[in-house]
Amino acid sequence: MTDNRAPATADGPLLSATGLSVGFSVGGSVVAKLRHEERVLRAVDGVDLTIDRGEALALVGESGSGKSTLARALTGLVPLNAGQVALDGRVMGKRRSRADQRRVQMVFQDPYSSLNPRLTVAGMLHELLRVHGIVPRAEVDSYSRELIGLVGLTDDALPAYPRQFSGGQRQRVAIARALALRPDLLVADEPVSALDVSVQATILNLLQELRSELGLTLLLISHNLAVVRHLCDRVAVMYLGRIIEVAPTAELYAAPRHPYTRGLLAAIPRMTPGTGEGAPAVTGDPPSPLRIPAGCRFRTRCPIAQERCAHEDPELTAPAGRPAHLAACHFPLDPPPGVTPGTAASTTTASTASTAGPAAASAKEEPSPSQS
Amino acid sequence: MTGPVLEVRDLQVQIHSRRGVVRAVDGVSLEVPRGGAVGLVGESGSGKSMTLRSILGVLPPEAKITAGQVLLDGTDLVPLPTSALNRIRGPKLAMIFQEPMSALNPVMRVGWQIAEGPQVHLGFSRSRAAERAVELMYRVGIPDPERRFKAYPHEFSGGMRQRVMIAIALSCEPEVILCDEPTTALDVTIQDQILRLLAQLCQESGVSLLFVTHDLPVVAQLCQELAVMYGGQLVERGPVADVFSQPSHPYTLGLLRSAPDVEEVRDSLVPIPGSPPSLISPPAGCRFHPRCAFAEADCRQTVPPLRLLSSGRATACLHHERCLESARAEAAR
Amino acid sequence: MSATTALVTVPAEHAARRKAQWYRVPALMAGLTLLVIILFMVIGAPLLTSHNPDVQDLNAILGGPSSQHLLGTDQLGRDTWSRLLYGGRVDLQVAFIAVLFPFVLGTVLGSLAGYFGGWADLIIMRVVDIVVAFPFYVLIIALVFVLGPGESSIYIAITAVGWVSYARIVRGEILIAKRQEYVLAAQSGGLSHLRIMGRHLLPNVITQGIIYAMSDIVQDILAIVTLSYLGLGIQPPTPDWGTMIANGQNFLTTHWELTTIPGLAVVVTGLALSLIGDGLADLLRPGQS
Repeated sequence: MTDNRAPATADGPLLSATGLSVGFSVGGSVVAKLRHEERVLRAVDGVDLTIDRGEALALVGESGSGKSTLARALTGLVPLNAGQVALDGRVMGKRRSRADQRRVQMVFQDPYSSLNPRLTVAGMLHELLRVHGIVPRAEVDSYSRELIGLVGLTDDALPAYPRQFSGGQRQRVAIARALALRPDLLVADEPVSALDVSVQATILNLLQELRSELGLTLLLISHNLAVVRHLCDRVAVMYLGRIIEVAPTAELYAAPRHPYTRGLLAAIPRMTPGTGEGAPAVTGDPPSPLRIPAGCRFRTRCPIAQERCAHEDPELTAPAGRPAHLAACHFPLDPPPGVTPGTAASTTTASTASTAGPAAASAKEEPSPSQS
Repeated sequence: MTGPVLEVRDLQVQIHSRRGVVRAVDGVSLEVPRGGAVGLVGESGSGKSMTLRSILGVLPPEAKITAGQVLLDGTDLVPLPTSALNRIRGPKLAMIFQEPMSALNPVMRVGWQIAEGPQVHLGFSRSRAAERAVELMYRVGIPDPERRFKAYPHEFSGGMRQRVMIAIALSCEPEVILCDEPTTALDVTIQDQILRLLAQLCQESGVSLLFVTHDLPVVAQLCQELAVMYGGQLVERGPVADVFSQPSHPYTLGLLRSAPDVEEVRDSLVPIPGSPPSLISPPAGCRFHPRCAFAEADCRQTVPPLRLLSSGRATACLHHERCLESARAEAAR
Repeated sequence: MSATTALVTVPAEHAARRKAQWYRVPALMAGLTLLVIILFMVIGAPLLTSHNPDVQDLNAILGGPSSQHLLGTDQLGRDTWSRLLYGGRVDLQVAFIAVLFPFVLGTVLGSLAGYFGGWADLIIMRVVDIVVAFPFYVLIIALVFVLGPGESSIYIAITAVGWVSYARIVRGEILIAKRQEYVLAAQSGGLSHLRIMGRHLLPNVITQGIIYAMSDIVQDILAIVTLSYLGLGIQPPTPDWGTMIANGQNFLTTHWELTTIPGLAVVVTGLALSLIGDGLADLLRPGQS
């Protein structure tokens, strides 16, 4: 595959979102709209986010946190209530042009519903390539073969229908379809959670390979913090429609500053046997997105909430000396003993070492000898 | 009484489909010790859920147990008629499902759903059963149980519904609770709450668990014993800590290597090549051999039996030493 | 890419199995066989009879079956057998054409309502509700009465009344299908709404419309026969099953076959089309693959 990245025009981030809000009206018939009776579910509620060229950013959170909605908003699939999305510093309009739409592509969670059952692989690839004029018409066929090879499928996949593939193969087709338009940003919404455990690794490895080979910028949406740690340079944690913490991966896992992040990390089952006793990491249920608590939205479940948290909505701020580690908490946590944030980053492997940038992507691992 | 509370011996389940006979469970034997928690792990289609449903006698109509025994306190459940099974389901065996919303009756108040078991099986009066339901709701951590007794399932969150399911399962003080992926549909913080609740309840009441899941860390957290299924057969069995540190079957090793870990960042994941076998015409010999890195000529012909190794471990691999060696080599690095 | 390029092949057996199954649906086979026989008979009418259906022979009125007239003659001495064949020609042709217009109109409007929702949905579905509020036959008869008898009136009336069923079916199917992620994928691919509706959604939802069309043809044949029976449909002297039934009615006590034979033809044709509809529904039911 030849280099298909657009040249980096600016030094700024590839994508930046400011004040992004997305709401859905609940029980919103036209009649209710006329009467101004509709209730709005604020799925994404004022999010600022930047993604640098070449980095892999993860968006983690539980169901109802708005991570999927945010991903779809960045991809231009749901209308924004407020805020704007800029690519290379240029703000995209409310309705994206076809050229803008091409630059952000998405891989969906369920490969069984994300492929049109009535179209062959070649059919769906050719349509996209022709509509966008990605390659000259004469080369559509050979470029399709190239794409399908890139995701690890053979040429006989092209005339096949989705039902002829296994789940993992379908997800490869979905990735090929997203890559067909040579996007600047690939958004992957839970790309492995619908797959069998033994198949997940092949797709994760494929994403990692594509990153290093194509210098792809990746936004990975996941609830699986192990997957995120494996694949991403930076992590943003969402809770009830807001980003409550953003940090380089190693730092976030070693020294979370937000109590929710700490709880989320502690709640993951460990491979160490006999760790299942004692109190749960986070108590209670998340509130409904229809009734977001005033002040800090995590305070209803927060072990260290104070009077102030009920009134003041905390801003995302960074501590002195760690400008990349933002958290929205009035009483951010100190790093646990033995972990100094500066050293946390250096103890991890290359794939998560730097906060951002193409440098991380080019660090390709050696093949593991135990593999054979 | 000593010995296992629940024992499955050489279970065979076949499903008749239009494409042929699916041997969904093919000679599975396992034991649940009294007061213990056993994790049954496998991918979708491995037969783990079918095994669980056979134990409770709730197989889909096209599936049939063709051989084997399910011994609960030494009594074989397989030949029992439904009426006799109904006296066992509830007071002796209970089940928790993956999707609590579809397992609960949407038009019945949750309190009465919990109280139903004691009324039917233990002969409790209405008011006494209601008292018991409130007490159970308190025990499983449902806040304000007296008020929420009268709520309907749709008024509960997913985690609270699963707590209701646990309360129903506990209501007749069963000996064994069968869990079919009870936390798969839940968020990670809620999963954590439910797993810790189950661990605590097991310790308090001495109930045994058979926990089906595809998630190895969940087993690590909750269970002492682990059984791994592949293609309808049991491939490995043993204490969780031993199996994790020294897997003796290549499939278990593959599962451990292919999943990313939150604790440590690995250079690269090692996927298991290929895809799970067809259960209509499974590969000859060892069912895992087409995907196995250690496979030799004999693996293609001989069906490996589940052999006992030392210290309560068993493996169905003809060349388990090579697997152990590879795991040891990796651990040393 | 070396680690992943191997191993992945496409199992072709699924497709082969699916293709091999359509003739195993008994209802579909029986219906198709019947329909082919009926179509052969009406299309090949000139080969199967030497009588002109319109030629009157007042010397041979109300004759019983004979070697000359297989099914006898009617009150004007016309050959019943050839009137049956040629009448079927007219009725089937009109019915097949009459089902096409509402199918297309209903599919388009139903797609718009389902895909865009909001005001489009509100307006289209309220019109549907209004049309549905009137009984089918009453509305058709009233429309044809106003427009005046004749073929084009039949088309207009059936389209005006019949599209609502297609609109409802297609709208419902689109509402379900548009939640599938492949529609989002098409949108993120920058494809136009028209293309997404036409190429991505319609092929996935149209089967329900086609299945309904089969039973709709039956209804249309009945409607045409009914209109002709009332003198509002196919105009004499063109032969038609409805007119035959109406004319034969006067001789019911003495010559019952004059009404029964065309009636039987309507029943058999309806049966064939219903069987095809059932068979298609069986074959195309989701989860079958």
